[in-house]
Formats: sequence, C-alpha cells, structure tokens
Amino acid sequence: MLITIIRRDLLLAYRRRSDVLTTLFFFVIVVSLFPLGVGPEMKTLRLIAPGVVWVAALLASMLSLNRLFAADYQDGTLEQMLLAPQPLALIVLGKIVAHWLVSGLPLALMAPVLGMQFDLPPEALAILFFALLLGTPILSLIGAIGAALTLGLRGGGVLLSLLVLPLYIPALIFGAGAVESYIAGVSPEGHLSLLGALLILTGLTAPWVTAVALRIAME
Amino acid sequence: MSINWFKYSSPATFYPLAGKLIPWFYGLAAMLTIAGLYISFFVAPTDATQGESYRIIFIHVPAAWMSMFIYLVMAMWAGLGLVMNTRLSSIMAQALAPTGAMFTFVALITGAFWGKPTWGTWWEWDARMTSELILLFLYIGYMSLTAAIDDVRRADKAGAILALVGAVNVPIIYFSVKWWNTLHQGASVSLTRAPSMAKTMLLGMLIMAIAAWMYSIAVALSRARLLMLEREKSTVWAQEVLEQKP
Repeated sequence: MLITIIRRDLLLAYRRRSDVLTTLFFFVIVVSLFPLGVGPEMKTLRLIAPGVVWVAALLASMLSLNRLFAADYQDGTLEQMLLAPQPLALIVLGKIVAHWLVSGLPLALMAPVLGMQFDLPPEALAILFFALLLGTPILSLIGAIGAALTLGLRGGGVLLSLLVLPLYIPALIFGAGAVESYIAGVSPEGHLSLLGALLILTGLTAPWVTAVALRIAME
Repeated sequence: MSINWFKYSSPATFYPLAGKLIPWFYGLAAMLTIAGLYISFFVAPTDATQGESYRIIFIHVPAAWMSMFIYLVMAMWAGLGLVMNTRLSSIMAQALAPTGAMFTFVALITGAFWGKPTWGTWWEWDARMTSELILLFLYIGYMSLTAAIDDVRRADKAGAILALVGAVNVPIIYFSVKWWNTLHQGASVSLTRAPSMAKTMLLGMLIMAIAAWMYSIAVALSRARLLMLEREKSTVWAQEVLEQKP
C-alpha cells in the first residue's frame, strides 16, 4: 500500500517535471543571491553558509507543500483516499515520503555543490549533506500538517508559511548548528542526534495529525 | 444530589452568566491594577543596581506569564472542543487568542524598554526573548488560520489542531533556542541569577499578575459573548437577547 502510493505520486511528479525543477532552481537562486547581497568576502560567507543553505531549503520545501494535497483535492482522489479501508495515516505517510523524494532529497544532494560556492571545507560539506538528509524529511512531515489545515483556503500559500515556519525553527537550529559546530571545532554529533530524535518524533506523530486535519478539511 | 456539569456549557445559559460575571472581573481588574501600580511606583524601593528603570518589570513579568499561560489555556479549550465537540470550548479558545497575542506583544515591547537602560541594547537573542517572539508567531498563525476559514466548525477544529501542535512544540522550541544560544557564545546576560527581591517588589508584581488575570478573564468573556451571539444568531435565545437591545 505504502509502496503503491509512493510510486503513484512519483509517477505524477515525473509527468510534471517542471514543478520539481522550479523548486530546485528556487533553492539554487536564493542561495546564490546571498553572496551578491553580503559581498564576496570568503570569511563572512563561510560563516553564514550553513544558515543560508538551511533557510533557503526551508523556503524551497515550503513552496512545494501546496501541491502535496491540492491536485488530489481538486480531482476528488483525496475523498476516495479518505473512504479507503486502509488507514489514512499510512496513505498520508506515503504521500509525504514521495514529496520528500522529489523536493527534499534533491535539495540535500544539491547543497554540497552550493556549499562550495561558500568555500566550506569538504568535511563540512559532508555534514551539511547529512544534516539536510535528516532534516528535510522533518520539513515535509511538519509541512504536511500545515498543507492539510490550509487545504482549499483563500490565500492558502501565504497562510501556510505563517503556520509552518515557526514550527520549522528547531530543525533549522539543529541542522545549521551541526555544520556551524563542526566549523567551530566541536563535534556535530549532538546536533545530528537531536535532529534524528526530531525526525523520529515527527515521523511517528505527523502523519496521524495530518490525517485528522484532512478529515476536518474534507467534512 | 447530582450536579449538572454541563449546565453552563450551552451558550443559552452561559451568555447571561458571563454577562453577570464580566463587571465583577473588570472591577477587580481595575482595583488590583490601581493598587498594584501604587505599590510598584510609590511603595517599592528603588533598586540598588538598576535604579528606577526596573519598575517596568511590574508590567513586563505579569504580561510574560500571561502570554505563556493563555496559550496553554487556549490549547486546552481548543483540545476540549475537538474531543468533546462542545461549541463553547472552541469559542473560549478563539476568544482568548487576541488577548494572549496582546500580552506577548506587551511583554516583548516592555522587555525592549527594560533592556535598553539595563543591558544597553533593545534586543538580545536570548533564549527567553526568542521563544517569546516565536510564541507571538504561533498566536498570529492561529488567529489567521481561524480567520481564513469561513466555515465555523472547520475553523474551530483546524485551529484546535494547530494550537495543540503548537503547544507540543513550545517546549521543543524553547530548549532548541536555549541550546542554540549557549552554542553561539556565553550568554552575556543571565536572568536566572536574579538578585533576591524586596518583599514589596514581589507583592506589587503578584498583585499586577492577578490584575492581568482578572482583565484576561473579563475580556475573554466579553469576546466570547459576542462570538456566541454571532454564531447562534438564528436561535431563539439569541433573537430574544438581540430584541432586548435596541
């Protein structure tokens, strides 16, 4: 069941490739804007790199959240999913995993390349990649709650960012903190462990909360 | 003798009760505010290290307490409304949100005014201040979500989920900000080792805190009354109330 949902959503995303690419290029452009705004001093850039990459990842993953349920909501598929005998939380989890595979994973893969623009050392790039690998699923999971709550509302996109961004803060702090602490000469292990703990916590609760929110939205 | 716990959970019976209680709470709030402000400005001694500027804490601390406490109460009412499906609980949650946001804002502003003469800066990325700011964002998110949904029942339930998710997140956010802060640099200011307070100072602060409580209850009840009328405008009791008022 889980695999079926993931495969279906991936196929749909593949048919609309430009959507995925837009998000990815948004991420690249936002990150590249910062050196232009701050100035080309490598020392400063190295300092702000983890934060910049993470904030850009937050914004990029939020952009694609709108599409998580919107298409299924419009063509009525979502109603069928609510009526399905399988638990809704499982279906939701499948959709979230698919969403992460097309929006979160590319960001994590792209981040080391962007980190080079900021002159990060290779080990820091590896940690940045690993932190994003742990952190972007959290963004998709929390974002799914917001996407379900704002389903079909006027100005849903802006509202979604208002709801979701404050809840992203812990992921941002630990994710960017892992890289920063490595650069400062401290082991990033603590931050990464906390990020993993957050991932487990949201992974266990968010699909269920999203399912409740979807039922409310579809009443 | 059995007590009917749900007697006042119906808007028709709660509306007149709230109407009777509101003047009392407003009266208590006014009296306590006058007494509290008198103690804080005339009785409490000048602080040895901070001078007169410390007196802003008589407003700042109660506001900060209320901002956090109201969020918990709001989440509790919202959760109750979600589980028990009682109309009044959701109304109370929505009635509390603007007051909570107001107190959060007051706490931030007065904190900035206190920080300027004491720490020499309007803003410090201190764990408490940062989480207070995030709390304000959570309030604003809750209010804009409930305002954006036209269907009242959906607005109540969606808001309830957001409030509960936020309530779970508040401790996580607080600790993450705290650890983030200690990583960056040794905190230049520590609020925890507060010098022991004079008794009159503590008294003034407690009276102001109770005054803030009374004010919050009074305002929330008045707002709840209006929400009740708005939602139940087609029912018999609401029509009767509206006819009595010119």
